[in-house]
Amino acid sequence: MSDQTSRVPQTVTRTARTRGGSEEAYLEVTDLQVQFPTADGMVKAVQGLSYSLPLGRTLAIVGESGSGKSVSSMAVMGLHDAKTARISGSIKVGGQQIVGMGEKDLEKFRGSGAAMIFQDPQSSLHPYFTIGDQIMEAYRAHHGVSKSKARTRAIEMLDRVGIPNPKRRVGNYPHEFSGGMRQRAMIAMALVNDPKLLIADEPTTALDVTVQAQILDLIADLQRDFGSAVVFITHDLGVVAEIADDILVMYAGSAIEHGPVEKILGTPLHPYTWGLLESIPALAGEPQPLHPIPGAPPSLLAVPTGCAFHPRCEFRSRVPGDRCTTLKPDLIPRTADTGRASRCHLKDPDQIFQTEILPRLP
Amino acid sequence: MTTTANARGERGAIPRVEGAPLLQLENLAMYFKTSGDGVLARGTKWVQAVDGVDLTVNAGETIGLVGESGCGKSTTARLITRLLEPTRGSIKYQGHDIAHMSERRLRPYRREIQLIFQDPYSSLNPRHTVGTIVGTALRTHGMVDKNRELPRVQELLEMVGLNPEHYNRYPHEFSGGQRQRIGIARALATQPKIIVADEPVSALDVSIQAQVMNLLENLRKELGIAFVFIAHDLGVVRHFCDRVAVMYLGRVVEEGPRDALYQKPQHPYTQALLSAVPDIAVVRGVPPKNRIRLVGDVPSPVDPPSGCRFRTRCWKAEDICAEVVPPLDEKAPAQRVACHFAEPPTESIVAEVPS
Amino acid sequence: MLLYILRRLVSAVSVVIVTLVASFALFFLAPTDPAGVICGPRCTPERLANIRAGLHLDDPALVQIGVYLKGLVVDREFETGGVVRECPAPCLGYSYTLGEPVTKLLAQALPVTLSLVLGAAVVYLAIGIFTGTMAAQVRGTPLDKAVVGTTLVLNSFPYFVFALLVVLYATFLPESGWTSFFENPFSWASGLVAAWVCLGIANAAAYTRYSRASMIEALGQDFVRTARSKGISKNRVVYRHGLRAALTPVATIFGIDLAGQLTGAIFTERIFDLPGLGNLVLRAFGQYDLPVLMGGVLVGSVVLVVMNLIVDIAYTFLDPRVRLG
Repeated sequence: MSDQTSRVPQTVTRTARTRGGSEEAYLEVTDLQVQFPTADGMVKAVQGLSYSLPLGRTLAIVGESGSGKSVSSMAVMGLHDAKTARISGSIKVGGQQIVGMGEKDLEKFRGSGAAMIFQDPQSSLHPYFTIGDQIMEAYRAHHGVSKSKARTRAIEMLDRVGIPNPKRRVGNYPHEFSGGMRQRAMIAMALVNDPKLLIADEPTTALDVTVQAQILDLIADLQRDFGSAVVFITHDLGVVAEIADDILVMYAGSAIEHGPVEKILGTPLHPYTWGLLESIPALAGEPQPLHPIPGAPPSLLAVPTGCAFHPRCEFRSRVPGDRCTTLKPDLIPRTADTGRASRCHLKDPDQIFQTEILPRLP
Repeated sequence: MTTTANARGERGAIPRVEGAPLLQLENLAMYFKTSGDGVLARGTKWVQAVDGVDLTVNAGETIGLVGESGCGKSTTARLITRLLEPTRGSIKYQGHDIAHMSERRLRPYRREIQLIFQDPYSSLNPRHTVGTIVGTALRTHGMVDKNRELPRVQELLEMVGLNPEHYNRYPHEFSGGQRQRIGIARALATQPKIIVADEPVSALDVSIQAQVMNLLENLRKELGIAFVFIAHDLGVVRHFCDRVAVMYLGRVVEEGPRDALYQKPQHPYTQALLSAVPDIAVVRGVPPKNRIRLVGDVPSPVDPPSGCRFRTRCWKAEDICAEVVPPLDEKAPAQRVACHFAEPPTESIVAEVPS
Repeated sequence: MLLYILRRLVSAVSVVIVTLVASFALFFLAPTDPAGVICGPRCTPERLANIRAGLHLDDPALVQIGVYLKGLVVDREFETGGVVRECPAPCLGYSYTLGEPVTKLLAQALPVTLSLVLGAAVVYLAIGIFTGTMAAQVRGTPLDKAVVGTTLVLNSFPYFVFALLVVLYATFLPESGWTSFFENPFSWASGLVAAWVCLGIANAAAYTRYSRASMIEALGQDFVRTARSKGISKNRVVYRHGLRAALTPVATIFGIDLAGQLTGAIFTERIFDLPGLGNLVLRAFGQYDLPVLMGGVLVGSVVLVVMNLIVDIAYTFLDPRVRLG
C-alpha cells in the first residue's frame, strides 16, 4: 500500500562541519551603531558591532530579544528607514559600503548583493499574490527579462528548494502551502538572484521541529552549492551547533563573545554565554536543575554603564575594583587562543568554566 | 495528595470517587465544524482535532503532551479545562465526568483545574491591576474573606517571585517573564490540584524561560500540584515531566515514563521527532547521530488517513496500517505505543552527554 | 461559486420578503388612515368608504399582504371609480396619492439616486484613497497631522450644515437639478456636480481616515518588509504590495456605505432638489402612501442584500484566501 519499499528511515548524518571558504571577508561590519530616537530617549539598539564573514561560511548571531541581532542584520540589508534610524560605522558587502548608500543604489543591492529570509513565512509572503508572482517579481527587479523567462526561473528555483510539482505550485497562493513549504518558497525567492550573502532571521523558529530539520538541511545544502556567506540569526543554541561555523553572541546591543562554534559553545568564556548554556535543558542524562541568569535584559534606553551584563553577573565580585560597572571591556582574545574573543574583565574565565560551570551544566 | 488540599482548609473540595485517578480522559474527541452555513449549506466538514485520546494523570504527577502543530495538544488542554465541550468521550476528575457538565455545576471543578496560557501579553486584562487580576480569582471562588484578600494576593505574588508591593501595578509595567508569573499566581490563587499549562514558556527568552521553569518546578514540589504540561520543546518537557505523551494528528501515539520515552522510543513518529531536535551536545565532542527525515507534511485533520494516521509518512508502513487502527498497547513497562511495528531504535536517538 | 450565489440569492429573497411583511405589519399596526389623507378635509363618509374599498383597506391585513406579494409575480388590476388600470408584474401597487404605478415612480427615482451616489463615490474614493495613502507614507509629519485634523473637522460637522454651507457659499457651482443622462449628458453632469462635491467631500474625510489607517497597517506588515528586501522600487512596494492589501478592508466599508447611501441620501436630494428615492419615500411617508413606502422598503432591502452579496463576491477576488462555499 505504501510506496516506501524499504523499512529503514531516510536518514541524514550529522557531519562535523568542514570549515570552507576563503579567508577574505565578503561581509565586513566595523563599529556599527544603530540608534532610534524616540519620545522616551535614544534607543541604542546596536553599539559598536564589528565582525567579518568570508564566502562559504555561516555565522550564527545569537541573543535574546532586544540584543540587537535582528536590528544589526536589517542594517546590513539597508532596510532601516533613514528617517527613524541613525546608523554609523561601516558595513561592507563585497566591497560596497552600505551605510549611507542612496535609496536607488540600495534597491539595486537588496536582493542581488544580499538577500534575507524571515522568521514567519506566513506573514512574510504577500497573501494576495501567488508564490510564483512574488518570486518572479524578485527576479525581474534585477534582471530585465520577460515574464515567461522569469516564470521558468521561478519554477527552477522552487524545484531546487524541494517543492514537489513546481510547475503547478508556482501558481499557488501562500495559504495553499504548508508552513515548511512556505519557508522553502521564501528561500527560493531569496536565492533567485544568486546573492552572495544570505541573512536568515530566525528562519525556523515558527516551524515544527521535524520541518525545522528539513529547512536546516536545505540551507546547509544550498550554501554548499552556491558558496554564499550566511548570517543565521537565532536564539536556539541547538540550531547553532548544527548549522554554524562561527558564532557571535550579542547582549544589549554589543557582541560579547565571538569565535568558532565548537569553541564558544564547548568552552565559553563569558558569564552570559554560561548562563545561556545553563538555561537549556538537556535531552539526555539525569535532568539537572537549571541555573538561569537572574533578572531580565536591560532596556536599550538605559544600557548599564561598564559591562552591560554586570547587574545580572554572578562573577562580578571576582573582578577587583569597580571595573565591571565603570569600564566597558573590549572584545579581545582572553586566552592564548587568538581565534576567539570575549568581552569580560574576568582574569581566568577558562578555569572558572572548567571547574565551576561545566560540572553543573544540564 | 488529595488530602493535602483539605489540610489546607480549603472549602468544599470535590470528593474523590474511591480508587479513581485525579484525571482520566477516555476516548476523548473534539471535532470542529468547518464550512457551510445556513439551511442550504452542503458538504459540512469536520476537523478531527482530537480523536480518541486516553490519558490518566495521578495526583501530584506531571505529564507532558508533545507533538507538532495541529496534533491536538492545545485542544486537549482546552477540553480538560472545559473551555470546550467534547464531541465524544469522558473527562473524569476524581471519578466525576465533567465532559458535559453545566457551567453552574462546573464551578467547583474550575477552581481545582486551572489553566496557564502561552501568551503572557494577551491573557491578562491590561486595564486591571495585578491585585485585581489575582484577587478576582480569589473572590470568584470564595477563597478568602474580604479583609484577607490583599494579604493573600501579596502572599501569592511573593510565592511566584514578584514584589508583593507591586499589587497595584498594571500588566504592561511588567516584563514578559513577570507577566507569566502573574498568570501563575492567578492559577495558584484557587489552590488547584491540577494545572494545565499550555506552552507556558514558549514565548519567553531562553534565560527567562529557565527562571519560569524553575519556579513551576518549585511550586510543584512544594504544593504537590499535578501538571499537564504542553510544549513543543522536547528538552523543556523532558526537564519538567514524569511521564510524556506524544500526539500526532489528534491521537496519542506513544506514552510512557520520561526516560523510557526519550531513550527507547518505540513509535516511528516519536523516533523521528526526537532525532530532529538539534542537539547542542554535538559541539561537546558527542559523536553526531543519524537523524530521521520525515518526508511530506502532516495530512489534513479534515480527512485523516485510515488506520494508523502516521502511515503516510512512515517507513515501516504495510497494508495492515491502512486497515487497522493500532491500539495504544503496553509494549514495555508502563510504556504504551500505538504502532503495529513498535520496537526500540537500534541505536540511541538522543546523543548521550559524556559525564 | 455559482451554487454559492444561488444559495445566497435564495436567502436574499427570503430576507426581502420578511422585511416587506414586517413593514406591512408595522404600517397596519400604526394608527394611520391613508383613505382619510386622500379624501381630504371636506370628506364625506361615503366617499371615505368608497376610497377604502377601492384601496382594499377593509380587507384583513393578511389578505392585503397576500395580494401584494402575489402582485410581485402576477399582473394585477386596479379599479378606482369604475376605471380599471393594468399593473403588470412585478406590480408594487398604485400610489394612493400620485395615481401612478409604484414601479414607474421607482424607475424614475432610481437613476437619479444612482447618478448622485455613484458620482459622489468616484469623488470620495479618489480623494479619500489618494490623501489617505499619502498621509500614511508621511505618518507623523506635520502634513499627516494636518490631513488628520482636517478630516476630523469635516467629520464633526453635521452633514446638513455642511451641505447648506455648500449651497450658500459655493455659488460658483452650476445650479443643481435633474436631467436624464440620455437626454443631455452635459446638463446631467452640471445639475449633479454640486451634490457630488458636497456628498463627495463629506465622505472623503471618512475615507481618508479609513485608507490612512488601513495603509499604515499594511505598510507595517512583514510582507512589505519582504518586498523591500527584494530590491523592488519604493513606489512598487507602496502601491503594489501595500495599497493592494490596504484596499480590501476599505472595499468592504465602501460596499456597505453605498447600500446605505442609495436609500439614505435624503438630505442631499432635498437640499439639491433631486427627485431621487429619498425624496420619493419622504413624501410618501408624510401622506401614508403605503404602496410607495413599501416600494422604498423593497428597493432598500434589495439594494442592501445585493450589495452584501457583491462585497462578498468581490472579496474572493480581492483576497485569494477567501473561498465561498
